Amino acid sequence: MALLEVNNLKVSYGLIQAIKDVSFSVEEGQIVTLIGANGAGKTTIMHAVCGLIPKRGGKVIFDGRDITNTAPHKLVPMGIAQVPEGRRIFQELTVEENLRLGAFTRSDSREIAETLEKMYQRFPILKQRSKQVAGTLSGGEQQMLAMSRALMSHPRLLLLDEPSMGLSPLYVSTVFDMIRQVNEEGTTVLLVEQNARKALAIADRAYVLEIGNIAASGTGAELLNDDSIRRAYLGG
Amino acid sequence: MEMISTFLNGLSLGGVYAMIALGYTMVYGIAKMLNFAHGDIIMVGGYTILVFMNAAGNPILATALAVVFCVALGAAVERLAYKPLRGASPLAVLITAIGVSYLLQSLAQILFGSAAKMVSLPNLGAFPFAGIRVQGYTLLTLALSVAVMAALTAFIKFTKVGKAMLAVSEDRGAAQLMGINVNAIITLTFVIGSALAAIAGLCILMKAPSISSTFGSMPGIKAFTAAVIGGIGSIPGAMLGGILLGVVESFCNKVSAIAPYTDAIEFGILIVILLIRPTGFLGKKRREKV
Repeated sequence: MALLEVNNLKVSYGLIQAIKDVSFSVEEGQIVTLIGANGAGKTTIMHAVCGLIPKRGGKVIFDGRDITNTAPHKLVPMGIAQVPEGRRIFQELTVEENLRLGAFTRSDSREIAETLEKMYQRFPILKQRSKQVAGTLSGGEQQMLAMSRALMSHPRLLLLDEPSMGLSPLYVSTVFDMIRQVNEEGTTVLLVEQNARKALAIADRAYVLEIGNIAASGTGAELLNDDSIRRAYLGG
Repeated sequence: MEMISTFLNGLSLGGVYAMIALGYTMVYGIAKMLNFAHGDIIMVGGYTILVFMNAAGNPILATALAVVFCVALGAAVERLAYKPLRGASPLAVLITAIGVSYLLQSLAQILFGSAAKMVSLPNLGAFPFAGIRVQGYTLLTLALSVAVMAALTAFIKFTKVGKAMLAVSEDRGAAQLMGINVNAIITLTFVIGSALAAIAGLCILMKAPSISSTFGSMPGIKAFTAAVIGGIGSIPGAMLGGILLGVVESFCNKVSAIAPYTDAIEFGILIVILLIRPTGFLGKKRREKV
């Protein structure tokens, strides 16, 4: 059974049907990516899965439980964490306060301290800046913080929405290295990306989204080698 | 000597404004709405004190019950009137808040009549301080407001729930993604604001023990002014604005030539500050998110 199953998802903004009928699944342990052009509905799907926007129809099942109508804050203790588009770190709070908020639903302070230490080991820059207000970090550092913050809840499924957007090539590599590393440690990843080439390179499974519908799917390697996908999304 | 006494009175009045302003500013910061019924929670607290002073005569018990009653009322108003409007236009919420304000005032008139009623609180006397005599209620108000502000600051700064309030205030969606129950945080904000309003009600009654249905209106408007001067949404800003306004009011009232214009001067300060610094003293200019 898949860890996350999205069946016949429909989402509308007013009269505009942003997501017409989308189904996909994420197996435990995989990296699954949704790629597609701007406006294809990638972020809408992420928000709908998390309950941040209402769905018009369809079902979302996580670990065998129907979470279609579950309030977003209840998904975190169930094992779903999201790194939203644009990072959305708490700019006025310190780096450490941001990280600790990631562990908001956990209560064992010793375990939280251990996870925090692990995050600091992965990105020592976050430790150096732990008492600094997060808004003063660079874009790349903020992305590291946002990803670390999401991992503070010990998620089984990590949703990443455009994690490489607006970052320097160096940070883009860091982000993708981290995704692979987190996945190797056992976290399932659903990744929405505009950087299709990089996303397909690490994905076990990929879906191509075209104006509200799934246009193609396959393993990352299959899609990387598919001629029409290359022309449309990878620049030839 | 006169100066010290006026200054202490100003600080004490400012403490009252600060306690009320905290309710406005926290609700604005966290629920993103102007709760124009906040002043009327003070009035409800005042009437609760009146009822229980008449029934039992114990001011501590009466105040405690006023806090409990205002907290329950604040939470109920939020759940029944404001929560259904989550996501509605700010104007709809604002009009609803004004409606709640009139509802509470009208209920008070139905229950207690429109004439002002006297509340018999014990006389706290006066104490010698630095060569002057200071009224007991001035000192008690100062002590209460300092304690309340210190406790609230510590709560926000050192507890997980306090941090969650700051998180919701900055980015409601991101806070939800942390697993924070935003509705519960909003209710808590109203609960805290209402408790502070009840305590402010006691402080106002100690100084001027007469209450009618518009008891909370003027302190409410003044405290709102203080919150905007300090920077609406900012907790230290509400404290600063409240104290500043209280001290200004106290000194203006001391000079007989300008005393009649005290209110005009206070609102004039608001206008000047909004012209120079539209976000108030400690308000932050919110960066628009892409």
